[in-house]
Amino acid sequence: MRLRNVWIGTLGVALAASVVACGGGEPSNKSGEPSAPGATPSGEKVDTSKAGTVTGTVSVEGAVPKNEAIKMNADPVCIRENKDPQFQETYVVSSDGKTLGNVFVYVKDGLGNYVYDTPTEKATIDQKQCRYHPHVFGMRVNQPLEIINSDPTLHNIHAMPKGNSEFNNGQPIQGMKMTHTFGKPEVMVPFKCDVHSWMNAYVGVLDHPYFAVTKDDGKFELKDVPAGTYTVTAWHEKLGTQDQKVTLGEKESKEVNFTFKAAGPTATNNN
Amino acid sequence: MLHRFAKFVVASTVLLILAGSLVTSHDAGLSVPDWPTSYGWNMFTFPPRMWVANIFYEHGHRLIASSVGFLMIVLAVWLWVKEPRRWLRWFGVAALAAVIAQGLLGGLTVLFLLPPAVSTAHAALAEIFFCMTVAIALFTSSGWMRGFDLEADRLPVDPVAPTALPLRRLATLTTVLIFAQILVGATMRHTGAGLAIPDFPWMFGHLIPDHWDAKIAVHFAHRVGAVIVAIAVLSTAIYIWRRDINRVELANPALKLILLTIVQMTLGALTIITARNPWINSVHVVCGALVLTMSLVITLRTWRDRFADSSASEASVARRVRLQPDEGGVRA
Repeated sequence: MRLRNVWIGTLGVALAASVVACGGGEPSNKSGEPSAPGATPSGEKVDTSKAGTVTGTVSVEGAVPKNEAIKMNADPVCIRENKDPQFQETYVVSSDGKTLGNVFVYVKDGLGNYVYDTPTEKATIDQKQCRYHPHVFGMRVNQPLEIINSDPTLHNIHAMPKGNSEFNNGQPIQGMKMTHTFGKPEVMVPFKCDVHSWMNAYVGVLDHPYFAVTKDDGKFELKDVPAGTYTVTAWHEKLGTQDQKVTLGEKESKEVNFTFKAAGPTATNNN
Repeated sequence: MLHRFAKFVVASTVLLILAGSLVTSHDAGLSVPDWPTSYGWNMFTFPPRMWVANIFYEHGHRLIASSVGFLMIVLAVWLWVKEPRRWLRWFGVAALAAVIAQGLLGGLTVLFLLPPAVSTAHAALAEIFFCMTVAIALFTSSGWMRGFDLEADRLPVDPVAPTALPLRRLATLTTVLIFAQILVGATMRHTGAGLAIPDFPWMFGHLIPDHWDAKIAVHFAHRVGAVIVAIAVLSTAIYIWRRDINRVELANPALKLILLTIVQMTLGALTIITARNPWINSVHVVCGALVLTMSLVITLRTWRDRFADSSASEASVARRVRLQPDEGGVRA
């Protein structure tokens, strides 16, 4: 009789566990609160015939720290996919060490109530050779983000936003794809792979198209910016952010340059 | 045989705690994003070739946890069928419930992306379950059932000399303090405060931190807690050695408790000095659990005569053990 009671109790707990487990379900493919489909946004569209351009260069002063070496030996597939020594992409600098890449430059405020069509083309982040490609990128609110696993090994894509909803999805099979949208602007949303601890990436999610990511030449260009006074911000994952005010007239081009200061052992590009 | 099996469950639980701490130390808790499945596979059929990088720790933890859960089912049933002490039968059921709840907490913390409160509760329940398995092993030992009477020819009906009340209180307080210290440590781990104070033995170059935030406060509390626990452990051991040196069942674990505490504090310092080396950090967690259970063993033994008073069946159990000397037992 007592034994039967134990088994009945155990079965009950196991059933409760199953219910909880099944309730977990698939992670949502949307985060934040996207505007309702078909809703008409208030505000005016930018007249591109009168718009101007903001260009500039992101420079770095001082000794740029060396990028951290990556040990991929925890996963034989990653070793096989990467014959050469691998390093983090934290500091991407030109050969002369004066300009800085992987800087996200964007218009932070001053745009008023302009409205912009949401792009239908997908932004993409690819898990390839056990790295994220790209490492830093920008996309729009409600724009679909396609997440691809091009590797013959498992990855999980773990986004850790503060304003949008966190998600963590597994992609165990090569070629798997999933789509996600962010419903709120947020700069920056970090991504990481919890399987391969060295994999990380950052996306800036904005409700306008005025953003760019620098390459190692440090150059950026923000096109079709309407006349106005704006705060332009440059973000770097280790060196922080810098703001600059710029006033742009109709059809005007303005140059805005940023200079970050670094202190560490001198690095050449990507190593 | 039951006692030996209980000790096997204890050893398995030590392995489980090590596996769990390795998951946190490697930041691998979300490397398998689904639960109870693993990347869509049944947990037990997830192909070993996919146990790569951090998945090895997380999936390994799940498999070891499942095994311990199965062992606990066997132990609980065994106790229910063979154990004459009613309270111990129910204690086995409670331990089984604890390990099931622990599995659910582990799953929930994965599904909810490691909320610190759930992860800390998972760590706390791990310690409680470990204490329960150790207690079962102790309660089923021949030494416990004889009342630790060292004279083999004495009848075990009234062998247990009451332990002095101060020692009982001191030992109990020490165990509670160690458990509280482990809770603070778990909070520190699961809120990312393990290196909030990055230097040792100083704190930002000072005796007391010169600036504060929540993480620094938790970290500081863990360091202060270590000193308090060390004082409590030392006090308990000194009391035993001065007043009850002849009680081997107390004097021996008191020595072990002192040694484990020294090792534990060294591991804590090394964890900071090595900037949270995953293995050192994990062994620190395991050693903490051993300190707790060693103190628990002392505490329970100081309360042993109360157990004897509460159950007339203890004597018959003890007699039965005396007739089966091959059963083995924890004497010290």
